[in-house]
Amino acid sequence: MSLSVAIDHKFGGFDLAVKFTAHGRLTAIFGASGSGKTSIVNAIAGLIEPEHGRIAVDGQVLFDSEAGTSLPPHRRGIGYVFQDSRLFPHLSVRQNLGFGRWFTPRAQRHAELGPIAELLGLGQLLNRRPQQLSGGEKQRVALGRALLASPRLLLMDEPMASLDDARKAEILPYIERLRDGLNLPIVYVSHSIAEVARLATDIVVIAAGKVAAAGEAGDILQRLELLPPDQRREAGSLIEMTVVSHDPQFDMTRLASAAGEAYLPGKAGNPGDGIRVRIRAHDVIVATAEPRGLSALNIFRGVIAAIHQAGPTSLSIRIDCHGAEILAAVTRKSGATLGLAEGLAVHVIVKALSVEAAGAANR
Amino acid sequence: MPTLTPDELNAVRLSLKVAFWAMTASLPAGIAVALLLARGHFWGKSLLNGLVHLPLVMPPVVTGYLLLLSFGRYGPIGAFLADSFGIVFSFRWTGAALAGAVMGFPLMVRAIRLSMEAVDRRLEAAAATLGANPLWVFLTITLPLSLPGIIAGMILSFAKAMGEFGATITFVSNIPGETQTLPTAIYSYTQVPGGDPNALRLTAISIAISFLALLASESVSERLARRSAT
Repeated sequence: MSLSVAIDHKFGGFDLAVKFTAHGRLTAIFGASGSGKTSIVNAIAGLIEPEHGRIAVDGQVLFDSEAGTSLPPHRRGIGYVFQDSRLFPHLSVRQNLGFGRWFTPRAQRHAELGPIAELLGLGQLLNRRPQQLSGGEKQRVALGRALLASPRLLLMDEPMASLDDARKAEILPYIERLRDGLNLPIVYVSHSIAEVARLATDIVVIAAGKVAAAGEAGDILQRLELLPPDQRREAGSLIEMTVVSHDPQFDMTRLASAAGEAYLPGKAGNPGDGIRVRIRAHDVIVATAEPRGLSALNIFRGVIAAIHQAGPTSLSIRIDCHGAEILAAVTRKSGATLGLAEGLAVHVIVKALSVEAAGAANR
Repeated sequence: MPTLTPDELNAVRLSLKVAFWAMTASLPAGIAVALLLARGHFWGKSLLNGLVHLPLVMPPVVTGYLLLLSFGRYGPIGAFLADSFGIVFSFRWTGAALAGAVMGFPLMVRAIRLSMEAVDRRLEAAAATLGANPLWVFLTITLPLSLPGIIAGMILSFAKAMGEFGATITFVSNIPGETQTLPTAIYSYTQVPGGDPNALRLTAISIAISFLALLASESVSERLARRSAT
């Protein structure tokens, strides 16, 4: 799949001018509220018409202001899951699910009610009415409804923004299953780093109507300056690891990675499974001497690859641990005291508890 | 209650027939005009709005007289319809239905328009992303969601046609068995000595029919509201 977007649109004193291409299985459009994220997906779906620009999916032009092309939304074949689920109140769950399928030409129908209902756990809900569903259930039905129209691209606009944490935790695994199980590219709008870090394969960062950065999730998440100040604590690195074994005595999972052995509390995956681990930069301690007598279980050796000033008091340090990059945030004071510099060999200490499984590995 | 005289019975039957056809025949036009007014952006929109509402503010006799001038046997539209299709309105029950439809039209359009304006446009956008073209969006989303207003509009139009007096009597007169509806029959009875018992009986029937129509509309809209309460 390839999605290419180049749009220029002014509305209400706000100028949206973005250009990017997306190839990933789940491309997150990330940015603060009001940065223009929703307008981008609305333009892709055909719900708004930009003043200038061109939008194409897999080479098919959906919109081109120069050529005067603009396919109406119902002919774009693009699924859309809205922030407010927008289920049809006069139809049952089953009828809502069947709505898009009914309008899809027979030859293009590749999604079936049975498997989709099972994938999203909708079996018990089919005969209910939308008013009788919880917020999380509504979003699952909205997701199923979009999938059953057999789209070639799925847009999700902050699908979890109106849900509490428990409901988010309920939905996330379903979105991961979609990303990994179906051959359907997803464009996912979000302002939450935690969500993006867990789900995205690629990230497009939007700030004030412009593309601030775009690239693979692992690279973008290391760039502290791209993140809004209130979410910098969430910045960090994504490292692919493999499950080695589970130790039932202490209930820990042993992992292997380029950086070395690591421990994860609880049981995660089965031996041999790939796992994606997120290490927040703020949870990393840098030591110049080999640490002894520490309670931390995860200690890696590495070499400082780059140092950036990330704020008036803090430094952002990229450490190359045998090919795996770990991002650390330390104060400028400790940086000066320890004499941290590029090329210096250091020990990286990560508290075991802060190593968090961030979705199955997907590359 | 004593049995009705044949003339009274005719008046009741005719009124129901006239009101039913006035409501049914004006419904498609009512929905179309309501949609235009609720969603359309075009030159002359307020003119159309004013035109639709005219029968509400004009004296009914004026409306009836204008109908007579245009749809009468020798009026421009009436003559055309009679010569080309053999449809005659003047001094026929069809004329009474036309008068009722015209008088009830503003009420019908108003009710439907209000409920169409209340339909969530975001649901229509969602339907479009699911592959529904504008006609299907209208048929599967807009129309069902404005059903309470459509039913209210139908009841209002029916009730207006049942009670229409001024335009009817001006346009099609008051011929027992052909154009004499409940209101004109009541009027006739009040004009003859000793007609009060007949007038009272028809009044009671008229109240009963109006009341039943009101109850029916309430129960239907309540059921609809319960079904799609959010």
